[in-house]
Amino acid sequence: MCDTCGCSTEGGAVLRKPGQSDYHVHVNEGDHDHAHAHEEQQSHDHGHHHEGTSRKVVLEQDVLQKNNLLAERNRGYFEARKIFALNFLSSPGSGKTSLLEKIIPALQPRFPVAVIEGDQQTTNDAERIQALGVPVIQINTGSGCHLDALMVNRAVKELELQDNSLLCIENVGNLVCPALFDLGEALKVVIISVTEGDDKPLKYPTMFHEADICILNKIDLLPYVEFDARKCRENAMQVNHHLEWFELSAKTGEGLAALQEWVERKLLQH
Amino acid sequence: MHEMSIALSIVEAVDAKARQEGARKVSGIELLVGKLAGIEAESLKFCFSAAAKGTLAEDAILVIEEPEGTGECGECGTRFPVNFYYAECPGCRSLRITIVSGEEFLIQSMTIEEEGE
Repeated sequence: MCDTCGCSTEGGAVLRKPGQSDYHVHVNEGDHDHAHAHEEQQSHDHGHHHEGTSRKVVLEQDVLQKNNLLAERNRGYFEARKIFALNFLSSPGSGKTSLLEKIIPALQPRFPVAVIEGDQQTTNDAERIQALGVPVIQINTGSGCHLDALMVNRAVKELELQDNSLLCIENVGNLVCPALFDLGEALKVVIISVTEGDDKPLKYPTMFHEADICILNKIDLLPYVEFDARKCRENAMQVNHHLEWFELSAKTGEGLAALQEWVERKLLQH
Repeated sequence: MHEMSIALSIVEAVDAKARQEGARKVSGIELLVGKLAGIEAESLKFCFSAAAKGTLAEDAILVIEEPEGTGECGECGTRFPVNFYYAECPGCRSLRITIVSGEEFLIQSMTIEEEGE
């Protein structure tokens, strides 16, 4: 078991739909038949040398190769159908679902939206999204601490995605593990809220380094907390100077228009 | 962290390759894990022994090479060692640094034992 957060893939992820207790799809490795189709082409001379019983085999293979290849398949599918996929990442409680609840109704009149929700357990978030009237599927990772490309691949098959649409993937609340797993998204969006520390980008640099967009949420609480928004932005930019930066409050709606405009522009360009 | 699922992917890749090569068992695995790859080598070793149980790699010794990070300055092009994603260029003090190495995460090779003849 993972010594930090207990992550394991042994239990296997499960797809669920809100309000359909009998719907239940297991995400199993065995389900995808190409599992062994990506073997490295080995070009070593296999001469018969009987002098010893041990030999070295060169692999030069990316450890995450299997995930990365599948993520690229997802990405190709999204590109072909002009689906703009965003991977939302943050600590638990930073406001990923609340932000989706605000931004989706604003975008929906112009673009079809679908959502994949990732959590260890429950369909609570999927139920909140379903209330907006958009297609949603819940991935329960069980003991797993992140979504991976296989889970998204299976979830996409269960969702009826439309061309020229927005797909929001809400990852498991975790600032560490999801950073390493490409899902095939166009961009990674990391969310941090003012009730956390403004040094979070320095404490969890891998995530902020991997992200394309950083959203500072809950700015309506700034007067009540010791959080220096300017300092936080500086910290984030130190780790990744390409970051696109937004400050907003999903609760009051302040700053949401800028993000909405940006997403719409990206959707049209995509 | 995610080291358990990473350890499982390593075991899976190595076990499949070893079977393909007709190995009896895998005695060693060499990994390249850059200092900036986001992987704790010690934690990975710990998880590996559990992940490898019952596979050809069960008794394999994990050798992890951890190359240092190198950054390249976006202003003056200087290359220098870094141990984090942000760094200041020693030449021109710029913070516009791109990481050019240290994020490697590869299974380089393995040593397999074959049936004696």
